[in-house]
Amino acid sequence: MKRSLPKIFLNGLLGIIALTSLIPVLWMVSASFMQTGEASSFPPPFFPSHPTFEHYRALTERLNMGRYFLNSFIIASAVTLVSLLFNSMAGFAFAKYKFPGRDKLFRVMLSGMVVPAQVTMLPLFLMLKTFGVVNTYVGAIIPGLASIFGIFLIRQFAGSIPDSLIEAARMDGASEFKVYRTVILPLCRPILYTLALFTFMGTWNDFMWPLIIMTDETNYTLPVGLANLMGEHVLDLELMMAGSVVTILPVLLLFLFFQRHYVRGLMLGGVKE
Amino acid sequence: MSTKFENKTTAAWFFLAPAMAALALFFVVPVLSALIMSFTDFDIYALGNLDVVRFMGFKNYSRIFETPLFWTALKNTMYFVIIGGPLSVAASLGTALMLNSKLAKFKSFFRTVYFLPVVTSLIAVAVVWRYLYHPAHGLLNYALSWFGVAPIDWLGNPDLAMPAIIIMAVWKNFGYNMLIFIAGLQNIPDDLYEAAHMDGASTWSQFKDITLPMLTPTTVFVVMITIIGYFQLFAEPYVMTQGGPLNATMSIVLLMYEQGFRWWNMGFAAAIAFVLFAVILIFSLIQMAIQRRMQ
Repeated sequence: MKRSLPKIFLNGLLGIIALTSLIPVLWMVSASFMQTGEASSFPPPFFPSHPTFEHYRALTERLNMGRYFLNSFIIASAVTLVSLLFNSMAGFAFAKYKFPGRDKLFRVMLSGMVVPAQVTMLPLFLMLKTFGVVNTYVGAIIPGLASIFGIFLIRQFAGSIPDSLIEAARMDGASEFKVYRTVILPLCRPILYTLALFTFMGTWNDFMWPLIIMTDETNYTLPVGLANLMGEHVLDLELMMAGSVVTILPVLLLFLFFQRHYVRGLMLGGVKE
Repeated sequence: MSTKFENKTTAAWFFLAPAMAALALFFVVPVLSALIMSFTDFDIYALGNLDVVRFMGFKNYSRIFETPLFWTALKNTMYFVIIGGPLSVAASLGTALMLNSKLAKFKSFFRTVYFLPVVTSLIAVAVVWRYLYHPAHGLLNYALSWFGVAPIDWLGNPDLAMPAIIIMAVWKNFGYNMLIFIAGLQNIPDDLYEAAHMDGASTWSQFKDITLPMLTPTTVFVVMITIIGYFQLFAEPYVMTQGGPLNATMSIVLLMYEQGFRWWNMGFAAAIAFVLFAVILIFSLIQMAIQRRMQ
């Protein structure tokens, strides 16, 4: 009985914060189904009176949103696959091989994390322009080929794999690459899932680089396309909400399904002893 | 492919090569080129003909410090970092403490809900909030009207535009650091609290003498990543205010983007990028010094 008042207060507060977190997202979904102009009436309605799919239809039929979706999907998938391969190989090498300069190289690489990505963008754009890959998927993918954070995460995880397993595979005559493929990769699966999720979501949500590198509207990713749409259709609130739903929904679902992996990675990367 | 390596060093470099090549070519080389570029007058003419590029020493840097808009951008960015950063960390710590309490119910539900804004696209969120902030029919002003607050022009008022962006940023970001704090809280051994309880320590003194000190390394880390991230403010003003009204939300990165990729003053923009880098570096060094002192 004594504890019930603080308990009600605490859980009430938690509930209010949860509502604050949810309302903008729920309103976005709800407004995307409203008739044109309905969301701008006063007082602002929270639920559509006559739900409609017309804005989603307009997005795909008139406004190229399907294409943006495809671009986002291709770029995010490609970055995820390639960077997972590159990062896992490098992370394995840092964790399990002793070679001259290893620790120094690792430290120098880690110090690169303080360099803000914006510093690289101007020369990278010029470099990719001379390669002729501005306004292509390749250009969008290149900065994501390898990531310092990804290599760091995998090194931490691979470090805990017992050397005896690697030695046993070598005794059986396995090549170094086979050790990587049949011992390291399977044992690193949890961290690979986590990193895949991080990378896919991060690339999907990335804005500044695709904004710079994609000069043609047909090559825009969803966030760039959405920001561009905002310029032309700022008064069409319901349409903009539908566009936001399309941009957010895939990663939101991905997160809800694979939460466990995401949270584990965050704790691994975030909590340093 | 011969897969038996002569020695372990060859094998190591075989595995390192793709990632190191990518980082060298698309990260290290651009950083060094940006540094060189920041000492040149690289502009739209240079895009067509590299021969016109000339070295100008520190002229870009001195021009930056003579440009009033740069100081405005720096001031706005600092405002966002110094007000938004601590607010964000406080919200994360507060919710983490509440969720860690034995009295809290539905913990995993709340944790997931608080985290949802983190995974959403910043652009989509900025679009949604732009409408939430609408002075006439925005949901926020409508909710405030229940409490008798007159309509506020959040994004149109130079004094309120940055606070509005900060509120949105805190709303979007607090869940991330909250999870890191929860992990930090769970790492504090229970017997510390039990011992304190036996000694008759109050809840407050347990918090002050056990929780906070044990959480310090986590806090330092969280503050660091938050500050570095907040210095790179870009998408929010780009979508919500275009840096306005009256440049009240012009940030350093937005200025760099406009100078570099709208007006193609790439030498000048590269210098801006390095000033940002220097500011972040100074903050990181201060943070590392604090961390070292604590160990």
